[in-house]
Amino acid sequence: MPKRTDISSVMVIGSGPIIIGQACEFDYSGTQACRVLKQEGLRVVLVNSNPATIMTDPEFADATYVEPITPEYVEKVIAAERPDALLATLGGQTALNAAMALDKAGVLEKYGVELIGASIEAIERGENRQSFKQIVEKLGGEVAGSAICHSLEDCFTAVERFGYPIVVRPSFTMGGTGSGIAYDEAELRQIAGAGLDASPTTEVLIEESIIGWKEYELEVMRDTADNVVIVCSIENLDPMGVHTGDSITVAPAMTLTDREYQHLRDLAIGIIREVGVDTGGCNIQYAVNPADGRVVVIEMNPRVSRSSALASKATGFPIAKIAAKVAIGYTLDEIENDITTRPGGQSTPASFEPTLDYVVVKVPRFAFEKFPGADPTLTTHMKSVGEAMAIGRNFTEALQKALRSLESKDAPFDWHQEWVDLDKAALLEEISTPHDGRLKKVMDALRAGATAEEIFQATGIDPWFVDQLELINEVAAEVTAAPELTPGLLRRAKRHGFSDAQLGKIRGMSADVVRGVRHALGVRPVYKTVDTCAAEFAAATPYHYSSYDEETEVQPREKPAVIILGSGPNRIGQGIEFDYSCVHASLALGQGEGGAGYETVMVNCNPETVSTDYDTSDRLYFEPLTLEDVLEVVHAEEQAGPVAGVVCQLGGQTPLGLAQALKDNGVTIVGTPPEAIHLAEERGAFGRVLAEAGLPAPKHGMATSYDSAQRIAGEVGYPVLVRPSYVLGGRGMEIVYDDDALRGYIERATAISPEHPVLVDRFIDDAVEIDVDAIYDGEELFLGGVMEHIEEAGIHSGDSSCALPPITLGAAEILRIREATEAIARGVGVRGLINIQFALGSDVLYVLEANPRASRTVPFVSKATATPLAKAAARVMLGETIAALRASGLLPAEGDGGTLPADQPIAVKEAVMPFNRFRTRDGRQVDTVLGPEMKSTGEVMGLDADFGRAFAKSQAAAYGSLPLPQRPDGTRSRVFVSMANRDKRHMVFPIKVLADHGFEILATQGTAEVLRRNGVEATVVRKHFEGTGPGGEPTTVELILGGEVQLVVNTPHGSASGGSPRIDGYEIRTAAVRGNIPCITTVQGLGAAVQGIEAMIRGDVGVRSLQDWARRART
Amino acid sequence: MPVHAPAILVLEDGRTFHGEAFGAPGETFGEAVFNTGMTGYQETLTDPSYHRQVVVMTAPHVGNTGVNDEDPESRRIWVAGYVVRDPARVASNWRSRRSLDDELREQGVVGISGVDTRALTRHLRERGAMRVGISTTETDPAALLARVREADQMAGTELAGEVSTAEAYVVPAHGEKRFTVAALDLGIKTMTPHRMAERGIEVHVLPATATLDDVLAVGESGPDGLFYSNGPGDPAATTAQVELLQAALGRGLPYFGICFGNQLFGRALGFGTYKLTYGHRGINQPVMDRTTGKVEVTAHNHGFAVDAPLEGTTTTPYGEAAVSHVCLNDDVVEGLELRDPAGEGGRLRAFSVQYHPEAAAGPHDAGYLFDRFCDLLADHAADQKGGA
Ligand SMILES: Nc1ncnc2c1ncn2[C@@H]1O[C@H](COP(=O)(O)OP(=O)(O)O)[C@@H](O)[C@H]1O
Ligand SMILES: Nc1ncnc2c1ncn2[C@@H]1O[C@H](COP(=O)(O)OP(=O)(O)O)[C@@H](O)[C@H]1O
Ligand SMILES: [Mg+2]
Ligand SMILES: [Mg+2]
Repeated sequence: MPKRTDISSVMVIGSGPIIIGQACEFDYSGTQACRVLKQEGLRVVLVNSNPATIMTDPEFADATYVEPITPEYVEKVIAAERPDALLATLGGQTALNAAMALDKAGVLEKYGVELIGASIEAIERGENRQSFKQIVEKLGGEVAGSAICHSLEDCFTAVERFGYPIVVRPSFTMGGTGSGIAYDEAELRQIAGAGLDASPTTEVLIEESIIGWKEYELEVMRDTADNVVIVCSIENLDPMGVHTGDSITVAPAMTLTDREYQHLRDLAIGIIREVGVDTGGCNIQYAVNPADGRVVVIEMNPRVSRSSALASKATGFPIAKIAAKVAIGYTLDEIENDITTRPGGQSTPASFEPTLDYVVVKVPRFAFEKFPGADPTLTTHMKSVGEAMAIGRNFTEALQKALRSLESKDAPFDWHQEWVDLDKAALLEEISTPHDGRLKKVMDALRAGATAEEIFQATGIDPWFVDQLELINEVAAEVTAAPELTPGLLRRAKRHGFSDAQLGKIRGMSADVVRGVRHALGVRPVYKTVDTCAAEFAAATPYHYSSYDEETEVQPREKPAVIILGSGPNRIGQGIEFDYSCVHASLALGQGEGGAGYETVMVNCNPETVSTDYDTSDRLYFEPLTLEDVLEVVHAEEQAGPVAGVVCQLGGQTPLGLAQALKDNGVTIVGTPPEAIHLAEERGAFGRVLAEAGLPAPKHGMATSYDSAQRIAGEVGYPVLVRPSYVLGGRGMEIVYDDDALRGYIERATAISPEHPVLVDRFIDDAVEIDVDAIYDGEELFLGGVMEHIEEAGIHSGDSSCALPPITLGAAEILRIREATEAIARGVGVRGLINIQFALGSDVLYVLEANPRASRTVPFVSKATATPLAKAAARVMLGETIAALRASGLLPAEGDGGTLPADQPIAVKEAVMPFNRFRTRDGRQVDTVLGPEMKSTGEVMGLDADFGRAFAKSQAAAYGSLPLPQRPDGTRSRVFVSMANRDKRHMVFPIKVLADHGFEILATQGTAEVLRRNGVEATVVRKHFEGTGPGGEPTTVELILGGEVQLVVNTPHGSASGGSPRIDGYEIRTAAVRGNIPCITTVQGLGAAVQGIEAMIRGDVGVRSLQDWARRART
Repeated sequence: MPVHAPAILVLEDGRTFHGEAFGAPGETFGEAVFNTGMTGYQETLTDPSYHRQVVVMTAPHVGNTGVNDEDPESRRIWVAGYVVRDPARVASNWRSRRSLDDELREQGVVGISGVDTRALTRHLRERGAMRVGISTTETDPAALLARVREADQMAGTELAGEVSTAEAYVVPAHGEKRFTVAALDLGIKTMTPHRMAERGIEVHVLPATATLDDVLAVGESGPDGLFYSNGPGDPAATTAQVELLQAALGRGLPYFGICFGNQLFGRALGFGTYKLTYGHRGINQPVMDRTTGKVEVTAHNHGFAVDAPLEGTTTTPYGEAAVSHVCLNDDVVEGLELRDPAGEGGRLRAFSVQYHPEAAAGPHDAGYLFDRFCDLLADHAADQKGGA
């Protein structure tokens, strides 16, 4: 069946902000889908509130709406664009739920929009645990015993049937939100309670526990002619009980016989047909009892999922791309497998099943250190923030590569510590509950003499995997015992994935020495190709991975290559924004239209990203971003042809940290040289740069002990901001108010990175923070954008919302900022991008820090100003001048982000927090206080003609819409107000406006008095630290959590008086975050919200595509 | 360090790989072929079609689930030699009885591990299947190469006789018996009669040497149909079974053939056969059933193929022959069917496929072909009654 002719325009819904369980894999799938649909000549309408995505780049769709993914806004887009069809299976659970809501609201019918991919009925059947259960049983399959519950009472009745432990799982959620394993009644109350809240249908499934069974996933693809193929099988090393997103997973399945595998395959095909997913990808999970092979079907996702991205990268079969093609009518046999070429040049069709001649391992990356008190136990509720994938010719090689890809120093196996301090019993106990880093403990247990059987009993990890770990230990022992590193021994160790660093540690020598020996002995990796067919056909796509085998497949080339280093696994502080810049560099430097004509070579190990799509660059090396692995890639490419240099500036701190070492090893670094990077990163050096430029920085000093820190604090004065040097995302950064707090910090903090001292800065109170992204070519500065934070300095730039163009700064301030930025760029010696954060306090422009690299805000600025900053920067890094780029049209002919036209739309960035996913061991919500340490996982953008509307959109996209005076149930909305003294005067007018619109005003004592004196009636509410009143009067926080408040206005009480400065405000704000309601923390914000609310009352908050905004700007 | 004895592998064109001994020690020769399946090594090893072939597994880890008593496809391992990259050190599966390494040693199968199987596979893909030797005793590649070049070629050799059963035996129908079929064992796999028995067919498995009389003698009132199994060797070197098949077709006996049985069917219809450069060996091959337009993912194991026109029909003494299935990867003929001339209703008389609907190892997509065979038998039985 060829392409459908009755569809000419398709709407694609993205997945919104990056959150745990839904990360940039959906940018990867959405971008592929948009590409395909456009190539097919369809008009593509995209809705996604996430500005950091590639898919929201104007060139990927005909109409790109960076608008909230809520039924209200999406309907507006539908009304404006009138698409023929809606494709909602590529934007994760967010898109799926939005489509469901639009259907329920009758919007799809009203505008005659056809849902393609999966029908509402199919989605219902697949996602509703009950109907799914019936389908599986109809097919003769088994599901875990379960009961649907709509109340806690139901839950307790269910437990009587199954007993504890028991699994709680809500319907229509992803990443296990609200799910968990309850071992007793207390836990059940807590988990099921949360679960009922989390489920849009207040429905949870209480399920018999099959913890410890083997867990598998199959990725299935179906077309309109009912052809079905299995793209990939994935085996979880961590058995049932640990969410697949948090499990170490392996492709292909390693411990299934063909009989068992075919049984899973038959079930998968039966299920996708019964559920009725007409076309596209879906993912089915199974549990297999290791004792008797009994199979239980866990769930299906009738959409492209996280695992689909992994499966695509693991096999070379682009699931999202194919899903998009079959959605518009093609059958699998009509679609080419663009990797293979058969004799005669044609390629083989996509209607086959990929077969692997390598092993793929994915390992999760966690961020517990950022959420003090968060329970690190792994369960059915996903907690990881990112993942790394590695490919090897065997499991041991892939596993060890994956572990070092995580870039956390404790991840790789380590044989350093003494054998004697290994206590087997204690270790077996420790590994019996899954947690981050459990695998290392398993290794230790083995070394402590635990048998494979004992490990299996404690963890449920399959004995075959245990033996592979044992094998790694044996090789380590050989390396330890060997009199010297012979070629044979080195090769053996390398074939099992040992890094030079690991070998060096074992042999008591540096990684560099090991590398020297290895190269002298000619032991180097070869590069194999991911080809979907185990070499049965020649591969046209240079998608490579290293292995210590015999024959390399890297092809020679004529054109000079540029090697771009990616940003590795997502983590808080370094995520999709950096992948965005890397992909743009590849586009700008490559051979596509408007490219500079280099062969682009991407190196990265993050399977979720667009950068690791083999379509993105000319060559892809799926490799860890460590010095060793990068040097080998550079060597291989130098053998293949000329190499112009390596780009280290766009992938965040990861490649930046490699720049100097690469250069020391003779690699050409393009753009800002390592020495310059050092100037900006090393505080002392940077201080001198600022001094020469005559720019003020907060008074500061460096301390290596408590005493020295205390002395500095004395000199600069409290409050001070303390942190280790060389960190991203404000890791380990705290504001301290007195000596005790300082002592406490030093004791903890110095452990973080002993190589570097602790920095002590004067904390600039009540300051406006300003973020700047700029490009410098040595001559000219291009000011990309000046972002004014809405929260005051002290809340990490990644966590605070900001506006572009700045809403309160005048031309004079922007000029000061421009001059300061240029002075720093020149002083440091930047060639390419630089990001600077300023704090404007009592009219002094302090420089907080400068990052000589692409920043988190580059995509936001690029979208807000319709200027491709990362592309331009990449070209500057390779020697082009800003003047030349202006001439070529890549940059505007004149002016820049500092001289935006008056009618420039306002873009507001709002951060999205993961707090709702973390709980303490006793089930309480983790502290949600925001501070200088970054905690957000993602961001959204609100774009509109004025700040009010843009702000309203940003809130709707991030938390839920700003309130209208009337609640849906007809009652009046409540606004809670609590202002710092300095702000009370400015608050009166806006609050009065809200009251006049019919809002009910609640306030703390002082605030209420001021309001009353100004004729605004306000009910007094108790402060948080006052606690619940004698008559049970609730506190603010209790009211907010009780859903009694629709809007919170609270400016932090900056003064150190009252013992607990800031804290009360934070309690309120975080309660708001938990209650998912908007919270305004500044007077400007309040004004903005009022403007937003009035715009909403007038009902004139419209939607407009980026392309349309750009058109208006030009005319 | 578990010291593995060194072993070498030498191809007929001189390319040499060094590795470690795996399975039995010694020296072995055969035709080097690669199999791309990620599961089912036990079924592969015991598939008689691999007789005299040295099988290279592209999947790196082999032996993880050990060896059990249910999955063998015949009474013994047939491969002449086995090449893997990372053999399992332990067997892990609830059905496993012993390790693969032990099983190979016990059955005297010489293997080699630790070689760059991908490099070897790419070599065979580019140069074609060729003779190979593996030795754990010879250390001089040149000496082994000389012996490789003396070993016999696959092309032109008749091997069915070497793998076929000596005695006829019966596989009873599961449940109520619906049909009786004479199945010629040219290297038959256990799963094939099993799939028929599941559908109520009583299968009389006959030696490759069976005559028309032997065939007609099965069952109380003769067979309802004839079946030819898969098997090793060059179809062009086989004559007896081709003549037998022609005689059967002449008497209007329904026929179903698999793999070798497809090639012999082709020859019986007057088509030629030829040797593929490196064959199809794996369980992920897309085949289109041209009668339904549907694609099935199928299990393959063939080095030869039928040379028949992809389009149109060919008139034969037995009816109109046409290509029913093609491999979408390379347009190789994967199935044939014989029908009455359109004028006479165009009814199906006989058919065969080049791949493995019994699928062990492999996907079950093509299982419907056994139903098609049952329909054919029922159809024919109805005629007989009508006729009588
Ligand atoms: N009955 C069960 N017993 C034990 N663990 C389970 C059970 N059901 C699910 N799990 C675990 O919980 C994880 C998440 O469950 P799943 O149904 O996949 O939810 P999600 O939609 O979040 O992926 C699974 O990966 C599995 O490890
Ligand atoms: N001296 C200071 N006074 C007030 N706030 C500060 C000061 N220094 C840093 N901050 C706050 O801490 C945040 C993180 O500091 P920064 O130097 O940007 O670390 P990172 O490298 O993580 O971005 C900044 O965004 C700012 O809000
Ligand atoms: Mg799941
Ligand atoms: Mg910063």
